[in-house]
Parts: sequence; C-alpha cells; structure tokens
Amino acid sequence: MANELMEMNKQEVMSRDDAEHTRTQKLYTPATDIHETQEQLTLLADMPGVKQDGVEITLEQNILTIYGHLDAPEFPGYNLTYAEYGMGGYRRVFALSNEIDRDGIQASVKNGVLKLILPKSKRAMPRKISVQAE
Amino acid sequence: MLFQRLAGNDLFSSLREMQRLQDSLNRVLSSAPNHSAEYPLVNVWTSENGAIVRAEVPGIAPEDVDISLVHDTLTIRGSRKPEELKEGEARYRHERGFGGFTRSLQLPFGVEGDKVEAKFASGVLQITLPRAEAEKPRRISVVSES
Repeated sequence: MANELMEMNKQEVMSRDDAEHTRTQKLYTPATDIHETQEQLTLLADMPGVKQDGVEITLEQNILTIYGHLDAPEFPGYNLTYAEYGMGGYRRVFALSNEIDRDGIQASVKNGVLKLILPKSKRAMPRKISVQAE
Repeated sequence: MLFQRLAGNDLFSSLREMQRLQDSLNRVLSSAPNHSAEYPLVNVWTSENGAIVRAEVPGIAPEDVDISLVHDTLTIRGSRKPEELKEGEARYRHERGFGGFTRSLQLPFGVEGDKVEAKFASGVLQITLPRAEAEKPRRISVVSES
C-alpha cells in the first residue's frame, strides 16, 4: 500500500443549522478517523494549518463540535495566482452517546492533526459478573 | 453506534458524498491522469521576485518530506504512515488517506536554487522560491533624443 497515491478532496461544510458564522471564512469538513477500544474512543481529524490555540471544542448536551480556526496566509507583494485547495477553517459535528466521561476528554494538535481522546465512562465499560456457586 | 455524523444527514451532502464516491470510482477505473488524484494540492503565490508554494500535508512529519528542485521544476515527495491500531482497537471510521506521494510543479521562471526555503508548520508545507536574478524583469528607461 506504500506506493498508493494519497487522495484528499476537501469538502465544504454544508451546514444544516441556520446559525450564521461571525467569521467570513469558509469552513471545511475535516477527514476523520475514529478508533475504539473498550476504554476509549480516539478521534483523529486532519486540520492542516490549525495550531493548538485555533482549536475549539464544545460539548453541549451530547453534541460534540470541533472547530479549527486559522488565519489566511498573506504575503505582501504577492498575488495568489494558482489555487487548487480552498482555504478556510474546519468544522464537524458528532453526536455522542452518554457513555463518554466528559471530564476526561483530552485534545492535542500535532502537524495539523487534531487528536481527541474520549474516555468511556465507567458505567459503560463491560463488567465481568462472576457467578457464585451456591 | 456511539457516533453519528449529524452534518451528513441532509440531501445535498448525500449527493456530494455520491459525487465523491463516483470520483473515487472513476479514478480507480481509469488509468488516465485525474486532477483530483494529485496530492498534495498546492496553492501558489507569485510576484516579480519569486513564488511561494503552499501544500497541505497534515499528519506528515517534516523528515518524511523530500523537496527537490531541478531547473524550474519543483518536486515534493513524501509519505504518510497509516495509523497503527493498538491491541484490541477497532477502526470505526476511516477517511484519512495514507501512502506515498510525488508531486511536481513547473514554475514559470528560473529559480535561485541556493535561496529556496522550505518551512513546515501545522501540517502545511511552505516553499519560498526566489526568482533567478538574471530573469527578473528589468525596467528599461527611454531616453528621448532632442
């Protein structure tokens, strides 16, 4: 698989809610991987250009929203003469089950990839029930 | 399911998704070069003094990218490693691509090869290519003969 060409088309967010954005930036849907173990979910989202302080994560009820803001690059004296990718921020919304331990959520950004660790709450973890012989 | 993608439920994004699938299928079925198979995508800024090329390569470490310049052709080579699953981990959603890539760009002018700079920040590669001194536009003053 190592020689397989990578592909990535940016998809612009087609917003379902009618909320107006206060920034004029375009928003794109970040490509996301989700891995699951018995203890936690790991979410990886590609957000090139977004720094640690540009990430905003909100959890309202069970709706997890990830935003990535970034400043559009500007080069004084230069003109953008050829553009293949759109520039803007990122936004994606997930519905979480109630099984996530909200206080334990960890977020980090490395090389433009957001990593979110969502630990499952103790209640949701599988429990072993021992059967006692009478 | 613990997760559900809310944003993807409306008709238009479903259509988009279908379009995307169709694009991927076309790419697999035809060996002809396809624009969207290019990676990484680049944006280019130019001025009289040179060009700035930016490419989005999230999740790739700077040491995994190789940049070379031959005459006026810039080549970006690299690879993104697949995310290894840990013991007992299941892949739930897999949208991020991985693998090797090569991208070449021909610039509209000769480049001062020694002065090319490449920076890497937050998954964006930025290459500054100064135009060769000999190729810079020159102003020619007109002297009037009286």
